[in-house]
Amino acid sequence: MEASRDDGEAVALGADTLSADAASDGLLVARCRTGDEDAWRELVDRFSRYVYAICVQAFRLPEHDAEDVYQEVFARVYEKLDTLREDDAFRPWIGQLTRRLCIDRKRSGSREEPADAVPETAADDVLGELEEAFDVHEALAALPDNCQEILDRFFARDESYRTIGDALELPAGTIASRISRCLTKLRDHWEETGPSTRPESR
Amino acid sequence: MSAYDIAQLSRLIGMLPPAPADWVQAAQELPRARRELDTIVERAEADQAFREGVVADLETALRAEGIEPTRPLLEELRRRVSE
Repeated sequence: MEASRDDGEAVALGADTLSADAASDGLLVARCRTGDEDAWRELVDRFSRYVYAICVQAFRLPEHDAEDVYQEVFARVYEKLDTLREDDAFRPWIGQLTRRLCIDRKRSGSREEPADAVPETAADDVLGELEEAFDVHEALAALPDNCQEILDRFFARDESYRTIGDALELPAGTIASRISRCLTKLRDHWEETGPSTRPESR
Repeated sequence: MSAYDIAQLSRLIGMLPPAPADWVQAAQELPRARRELDTIVERAEADQAFREGVVADLETALRAEGIEPTRPLLEELRRRVSE
C-alpha cells in the first residue's frame, strides 16, 4: 500500500476532528473497498454536502470550477481509497483532499485573474465552521424524519414556509412552530451527544 | 454544550446545503462509469476507426455509453486512448 500525500495530511488534520461517527465512516469505507456499489453511493451521499460546501463557501469557487473540483475529489477518493491508512480518518482525508484541490484551482485561476484569490487563512476559518456544521448534520440524522426534513428544507435548502407546507402537506401557519420544536429537539440531542470540545475551541 | 444556542444550530444547518443533484448522481455512478470507460478503451484498442472517433469527440463517446462526461472521466479517457 502506497502512502500518499493525502494520507499524511489527513492524519495531521484528523487528530481533533474524529467523532463517534468516524467509526461508521470506517465501516462504510471498508465496504467500498470490497466493491460494494451501494456503499459507494452512501459514501458520496454522506460527504457530498461537505465537499460542495468547502468548494463554494470556504473557497468561493465559481460554479463550473466547483463542479470540476467536486467530481475530481470523488474520482480521486475512488481511485485512492486503498491508500487511506486509517479508515476512521476518512472525513479529514476527504476534507484535506478537497481543500488542496480548491487551492490548486484558485491558484491556477488567479494566474489569469489575480483579484479573484481568496486568502487561505479566511478559507481555513470557514473550514472550521464546516466541521461543526457536519457534526450538527450528523446529529440531525438522529431526529425523527419529519424534523430532519423540515429543518433541512428551511435552513439548508432555503425553502419558504409555503414551499415546505406544499411539499409536506402542512398548513403554512404551523411550519414556524414545528421548526421551533424540532430545533429544540436538536439542541437537546446535541447537548447530550455533541462533541464536547466544540464550544471551547471556537 | 450550552454554548450552542438555537440560532447557532440553525446557522450551522444552513452551512451545508445540498450539492446539485446531477453532480451527486455523476459521483455516485463512478463505479459504473469506470466499467464503461474500460469497455470503451478495450474497443478503441481493437478498432482503429472507433478509436479515432473517440479521440475526436470524447464527450460523445462517453454520452453514447450513458456516462455523464465529467472532467476527471474525460481526462482519463483522453489519457488512456492516447497511450
